[in-house]
Amino acid sequence: MHFENGEISEEYSAYIRKKTVFIFLVFIVLILMIIISISLGSVHIGFIEVIKTLLNNSDSRQFELIIWNIRLPQTLTAVVAGAGLAASGAVMQSVLRNPLASPFTLGIAHAAAFGAAFSVMILGTGVMASSLNDALNISNPVITLSSAFFFSMVTACIITYISKIRGSSPEIMVLTGIALGSLFMAGTMLLQFFADDVQLAAMVFWTFGDVARADWKDFYFLSGVTFCLLVYFLANTKNYNAMDMGDETAKGLGVKVEMVRLSAMMAASLATSVIISFIGIISFIGLVAPHIVRRVIGDDQRFLMPASILVGALILLSADIVARLVLLPHVLPVSIFTSFLGAPVFIYLIIKGYRK
Amino acid sequence: MILKVNDLEFQYNSHKTLKNVSFSIQRGETTVILGPNGVGKTTLLKCLNSILTPQNGDILVKDKNIRAMDINQIAKEISYVAQKNETARITAFDAILLGRHPHIRYKTRPDDLKKVDAVIKRLDLSHLCLKYLDQMSGGELQKVSIARALVQQTDLLLLDEPTSSLDLKNQTDILGLIKHIVKGHNIAAVMTMHDLNTALRFSDQYLFLKDKTIYGAGKINKISAKMIEAVYGVSVEIVYHKGFPLVIPIENKKAA
Repeated sequence: MHFENGEISEEYSAYIRKKTVFIFLVFIVLILMIIISISLGSVHIGFIEVIKTLLNNSDSRQFELIIWNIRLPQTLTAVVAGAGLAASGAVMQSVLRNPLASPFTLGIAHAAAFGAAFSVMILGTGVMASSLNDALNISNPVITLSSAFFFSMVTACIITYISKIRGSSPEIMVLTGIALGSLFMAGTMLLQFFADDVQLAAMVFWTFGDVARADWKDFYFLSGVTFCLLVYFLANTKNYNAMDMGDETAKGLGVKVEMVRLSAMMAASLATSVIISFIGIISFIGLVAPHIVRRVIGDDQRFLMPASILVGALILLSADIVARLVLLPHVLPVSIFTSFLGAPVFIYLIIKGYRK
Repeated sequence: MILKVNDLEFQYNSHKTLKNVSFSIQRGETTVILGPNGVGKTTLLKCLNSILTPQNGDILVKDKNIRAMDINQIAKEISYVAQKNETARITAFDAILLGRHPHIRYKTRPDDLKKVDAVIKRLDLSHLCLKYLDQMSGGELQKVSIARALVQQTDLLLLDEPTSSLDLKNQTDILGLIKHIVKGHNIAAVMTMHDLNTALRFSDQYLFLKDKTIYGAGKINKISAKMIEAVYGVSVEIVYHKGFPLVIPIENKKAA
């Protein structure tokens, strides 16, 4: 490797190219899956028709209604939620230096779910209904999100504190996650105990995370917040890379380690909160997506973060397509499939040995 | 003078680890901090670049108090090689390039790559550039950490047990190189070390820590057997070989 002229060597360029090609391929596959997702469902719409409708060039009013009112918001919500959860997982794994960290395994998802349920039921920021697709209609997203964020932040702070005093070994993190997850699940159960029939049904439906329930208004809010957080994560990849070398080395390189860690945990908790508030608990995307990417292109955050965002979006979208098609005409909540995918990966990581 | 420490005091919770620590370091000098296990060598080193914040005392780097500097400014003046090398699936080249972190605002510049390349060549690391850290031996990792610190291009190098995972050849190469760079670039290095003979072979100045403070300091050729015995509780004899002191243990008092 020679850089005499201040230029990257051919070997290093080839190495970088491999990673960039992977990201580009995932992006292309994601675009194809978006079109497939819009096309498939109880009413089949041909690819050409999908593209014509998206370009406002369709002759069929029925297809227009299905695509613009149902399929497109659902598909884009899956993309944004998958991206946000995967990025949150990748960033938590990095700043806690823990391979098993993710919003779900650390109990942050359960805390956010409790916070959102608490806000809707006690603070009256949403309307509950006993149907799967519209179990919860959030009328005041800011208060619901604030409540979900508050409880997920409390959890994130406890985890950050424990990682500081006891170290963030995988075992300690997972056990802390179990304890905190159980605590907030118990809190949600307490709310359910005092709920009436409609509220109870709504809360049970709502805990089945499902991207189908987001409408355009929800999507704009969800995507706006998530987009800002993704930009923040991408802008900090250099700091996360330095922290991968250990706290002391990172401090020696001029990284404000405690501040970066706390703000990363806050941002990841906010992303988790906003996603869970609108679509319920989606498990394991934050764990599985970064791990798949790490196996293929390594831990360099400059590539890991964008690749995890795309792979997370791809996994959640694919799981949603399967959930829609597997028991037609019934549409299953996507979280069932992410758990079917995530639990074996989690067990695999424990058996084979985990590597961050 | 590149570093001046006045009355430094540090405590973990209520346990005082360092007190009344004062010393200074000149340009062109390699200084080794010596002392038994747990005496506070690493703590002192971490205080010098604000990884740990001392409760009392001043640390002046090129006459600037580091309390008044932010962490990025400190990283431009002082580089640090930690005792423990963490690994990740990152190439050695990218890990070394991180040494430019304090200097890079947005984008890596050609000048940064030139500096990285110069250090890679000097440490003979070209063959490791595209190897992942998690596939490296302890010695290779240590060399990468030292390369990263050199790429930082600071006037003061802090190295915590820099040779702990290196074999004899690599120890000699790395410490010789550090000494050469310190003299050649007129900077300074402060190391902690356990192996007295290696320490004395490659340093200009020693600093003995005992009872939470500095027990003795001076030029390497002024080191005395009496001082080593007082610090470690072991009788030693010092013989000189080609002008370098060699410490030979005679008897362990407690064992006797």
